[in-house]
This record gives sequence, structure tokens and C-alpha cells, in this order.
Amino acid sequence: MDQFLTTLTSILNSAISPQTAALAIAAIGLNIHFGYTGLLNFGQAGFMLIGAYAFAISIIGGLPIVLAVLIALVAATIFALILGIPTLKLRGDYLAIVTLSAAEIVRMVGRSSLLTNVTGGSNGITGNEYRGPFTDLSFFGDGHIDFGPWSYDATGSNGWWFIATAWLVVALLCLFVWAIMRSPWGRVLRGIREDEDAVRALGKNVYSYKMQALILGGVIGAIAGIVYILPASLQADSMGRSMTYFIFTALLLGGAATVFGPVLGAIVFFAIRLFVQGVAGQFVPSNIMNGQQTEQFAWIVIGITLMLVVIFRPQGILGNKKELSFDVK
Amino acid sequence: MSSDVPTTTSTITAAGAAAKASVAGVSPTPGVAKPDPILTVDHVTRRFGGMTAVDVQHLEVQRGIITALIGPNGAGKTTFFNLITGFDKPSSAPKLIGGPKAGEAAKSSFNGNEVGNIGATKVAKKGMVRTFQLTKALSKLTVLENMRLGAKDQPGENLLVAIVKPLWAKREAEITAKAEELLARFKLLEKKDDMAGSLSGGQKKLLEMARALMSDPVMIMLDEPMAGVNPALTQSLLGHIQALRDDGMTVLFVEHDMHMVRHISDWVVVMAEGKVVAEGPSGTVMDDPAVIDAYLGAHHNTDLGDDSLLTDEVAEELAAEVTAEEGKA
Repeated sequence: MDQFLTTLTSILNSAISPQTAALAIAAIGLNIHFGYTGLLNFGQAGFMLIGAYAFAISIIGGLPIVLAVLIALVAATIFALILGIPTLKLRGDYLAIVTLSAAEIVRMVGRSSLLTNVTGGSNGITGNEYRGPFTDLSFFGDGHIDFGPWSYDATGSNGWWFIATAWLVVALLCLFVWAIMRSPWGRVLRGIREDEDAVRALGKNVYSYKMQALILGGVIGAIAGIVYILPASLQADSMGRSMTYFIFTALLLGGAATVFGPVLGAIVFFAIRLFVQGVAGQFVPSNIMNGQQTEQFAWIVIGITLMLVVIFRPQGILGNKKELSFDVK
Repeated sequence: MSSDVPTTTSTITAAGAAAKASVAGVSPTPGVAKPDPILTVDHVTRRFGGMTAVDVQHLEVQRGIITALIGPNGAGKTTFFNLITGFDKPSSAPKLIGGPKAGEAAKSSFNGNEVGNIGATKVAKKGMVRTFQLTKALSKLTVLENMRLGAKDQPGENLLVAIVKPLWAKREAEITAKAEELLARFKLLEKKDDMAGSLSGGQKKLLEMARALMSDPVMIMLDEPMAGVNPALTQSLLGHIQALRDDGMTVLFVEHDMHMVRHISDWVVVMAEGKVVAEGPSGTVMDDPAVIDAYLGAHHNTDLGDDSLLTDEVAEELAAEVTAEEGKA
């Protein structure tokens, strides 16, 4: 029973943690790419890294926080342009390959020892070096706040200030996505997802719309990168291929082409993992499965869940059965 | 626009008579000049490797009439269509370096604009809207959304405007009203909230045509509108096409069954092996020896399998013809 409570607490903690919010934000960005426009972006983690590096390096360079965030957004825009200009005129698969490798390039450059004095090499940048200006913005005070089952410092790293801002960003982005996807602009994107040529025949500049979608989703990915590193540290390897895979899993679990799907998916993703890990840790004797193995087992269950979702509920938890958005053209 | 569409193709309207009269004096020779051409095409060739799929030296399409582009399978009709509408680029397109000579480069002008080298989106914006042989209904959008996507001048298709609904809601209401009117005319109104993917093949053809009309095109290009449609619906489709002409639109459509086009087209252009081999009024062009050649071969009336008919005289005649043809080649 005790251990069950521990598992429950850790699930509740992870449900509201800024890292979950960051995954949700990245999935919201990917949703614009994949869910609404049908762009296969396999490098969303690359956009996160770009945003994270641009933000952290700007802050360390002494720039004010607003400017640092702006630089991160501009950097993601440029990255999207570089990826999009040669590939968006081609078939979807090319974008997938290019984004996949571009994200790896960003990661390898970031962890390269040549750049140790800028990016910190493979050790990365510790949170204390760039967190200061953000913590200073807090008006939550210095105390300790208990709220329901949650108990955190008001402002310290991983505290309420970080949690509140992260989820505020999630809420604002959900509102934004809802507003643009009900508009004629969103309708053109969904048309492109179904058939580019048909939309082109109706006089819409498909290339421009795809580029706008790629930039918008990438910029949201960069915001996710910033939210992700604020309470932790910036390490290139924490935003590698597996991160892109987590984002895809969260998106597909929750339901692509829905407003809240990515958010719900991100929460469920962490909850399943911790639940399986907790249950396996409690009920399976350690001579069959030790602590480290339960974690790996949890990942296996996540993978199987993803497969089951794709096969039996392709629209995800929240998706519209009629608009199941799995086939990418 | 009235909802009572003529369902029999034998009805001759005043507009139909006027259309026929406008090309009455034109001599039926390939590439002939028309009194009021809306589309003029010069030197358009398209090669796939060593095969020349299209080689049209000059073609004019008269304004305000129904022109049928017919020809046997593989004649290059659809390729030619793609070339005119910007979905494919002529091999003879002017190039910066090493292109064809100035007088021999591909050139097409539509309604007073050069449209030779501007891409599908801009061609559509100039008012030349096409449909596809394999229908491209956007299956996971509702019928009404498909229709709305066809409209032009919707400010909400700009990302910055899209966020604020009041900026585009008024135009959206106009578009919706127009879409419902068109859907009623094409007898699809009760399906407006269904996904386009759930429509039957013939209904998709109707939807595609209706969607193309949303942008008030000057000229509508239909690629095999009757392919795979049952005879009853074919009659009503033909009626719709005539109604478009009667509303003042120019119609160019591709079809390979020449009897289908006989009743409704005012002018027929026949293609074979990539070239325009004949053109003329629908009543007489079918008797042109070049057309009979293209469709049936020169000896379609001679039963070469029946030896009793193959007298020495006939054999000699054929042999002489073969020698003559080989001499020509």
C-alpha cells in the first residue's frame, strides 16, 4: 500500500511537472506539422535544442530574458527555413529524412568538444547559469506552498513558479491552435494534408502554407526547448531521437489534429510509464526484474501501447474517428 | 443560378446556339485561328526520355464555348492538360541557359496573360481552374469545407488575420451561402456535413466540379469528368457542363469516348500520339479520316481475317499502300 501511494504521488507529480508541459508544448508544435498539415517532421527535438541553446547562450551572454526568448524563436524560424526551402517542394518523405538528420546534426554540433566554451560540449550547460533571470521574475515569494497532493517550493527550480508558467504557456498555445485551426487558414492546411495538388488547383500557394506551418510548429518546438531546460540543465543528449519519439507517442496517444490531444497525450505518456514502473517494482520480485529492468519494461509497455493505439484507435484518445489523421501523403 | 438543370443533352439553349454560331465560320484544320481565343498555346512539347508525349505547335480555344479534347488512350491529353494548367513543365519551356530558340519556346497565354511558366497556383488564380481524372475530393474534410476551400478572397487564409475571427467571419458567411447554393444545384446539399470521403465516385466528381466553381473561374478544365460515372449520372453531368457554358464560362474537357462528347461540345479537338490531328465542329469532325485513323486504324472496315475477301486485287492494293507509307516515313 505504501509503495502504491509512492507510485500515485510520483504520477501526480509528473502530471504537473514542467517537463511534462514541455513535452506537451513540443507535441502541440508537432501537431501543427503532422496532425494538421501532414508534414512528417522527425526532428522536433532538433527544434527544441535550437531554442534551448539560443535561449541559454543569449542569457549567459548577458541579454535580457525577453530578447533571449526572441532570439530562440528567430533561430527556430531560420532552422525551419533551411529545412523547408529545399524539401517542401518534394514529397513528404524527404522532409522526414532531412529533419531527422538535421536534428542529429544540431545535437552533434551542440555536444562537440570544439564548442565546449559556448555549448558546454557533451556536459552541456547547468541550469544555474541561465536560470537566474527567469527566477528573478517570480512574484510567488520564497516560501513553500502545499496544494492538494502537491508540495513544492514557491520559486526554486522545479517549484510552483516554473510549473505555473509552463502550464500557462501550454494553455495559451492551446488557445492559439484552437483559434487558427478553426479559421480558413487551418482549413487550407487540412486540405494540404489530404491532397496538395487539389489545393494547388484551387489557387492556393501550397509551398507557402507548408512553410508557414513548418515555421510555426518549429517555433513552438523552440518554446518547448526553453520550458524543458529551465527547471533542469541543458544537455544535447537529452533532446535526441528518443525525444522526438516521445513527442510523437504523446501526440498519437492523445489524438493528432485535436487541440487538447497533445497535452493529454503528454500527461498519459508519463503516467503510463510511472504506473508500469511502480506496479512492476511492487509486485514483481527483484530476482525476476530489478529496478533498472522495471524502467526498461515500462518503455516496452509504452511501445506496445503506441502500437495498439495505432492499430485499434488510430484517432488517439481524443481524435475524431472520421478524421483519423494517420495517413500522411 | 437556377436549380433546375437540363437533364437531357438534346436541349439546345440560346447560349448553345450562339456558341455554335461563334465558331461556325472557322475552317476545320488543326491549329486554326479562332475569332476570339481565350487560350492560345504555342510550341508545347513534353518528352519523357525518348518518348514525345505531347507536341502541340499551335492551338487556340474559343471563348465561351465547350471545347472537347478527345483522343484514344495514350494520346497525351492529360499530359497536355497538366502542361496548360501548370502542373507539369513543357520540355520546350524557355530556359536561362541552353533552352530552345526564342521563336520555338513554349508559350501559352490565357485571357491576355502569359501563363506559360508561372506554376499551377498562379494559373488557377488567373481564373483557369481544373479538375482531375482521378477525383481529388479532400476525403477527411466535410463536403461543405471542401466547397469553402475553393473560394477566393478569404482574408482568413492569411495566418495573421486568421487569429481574429471577426476579420474573416463576414466573408466566410458569404462563402458558405454560395457553397450551399452550388451544392443545391449539384444535388449535394443534404450531404454537406458528411466527410467527402464517404461520397460515391460520381458524387465526388460533382463535388470537384462544384468546388472548382466556387472561385468563379473564367475557364473550367475538366479532366475526364465522365470516367467511372454511371450512365444516369453522366446525363446529369453533361447537363451541368452545358449549364456552365450557358452561364458564360469557357469549358475545355478531356474525354476519350467520342460519342459522349458529340452532343454537348461545340468544338472538338482530336489528339493522337501527342499531336493535334484534327479539329472541327462536333458534328463533322468524327468523319475526318485522321480521326477515324487515330481511333480505329485506317483499315477498320477491312476484315483482314477473312481470306475469301482477300483477292489478289485487294492484296496488291494493300501492298501498294504499305510501300507508299514506308516511303513517306
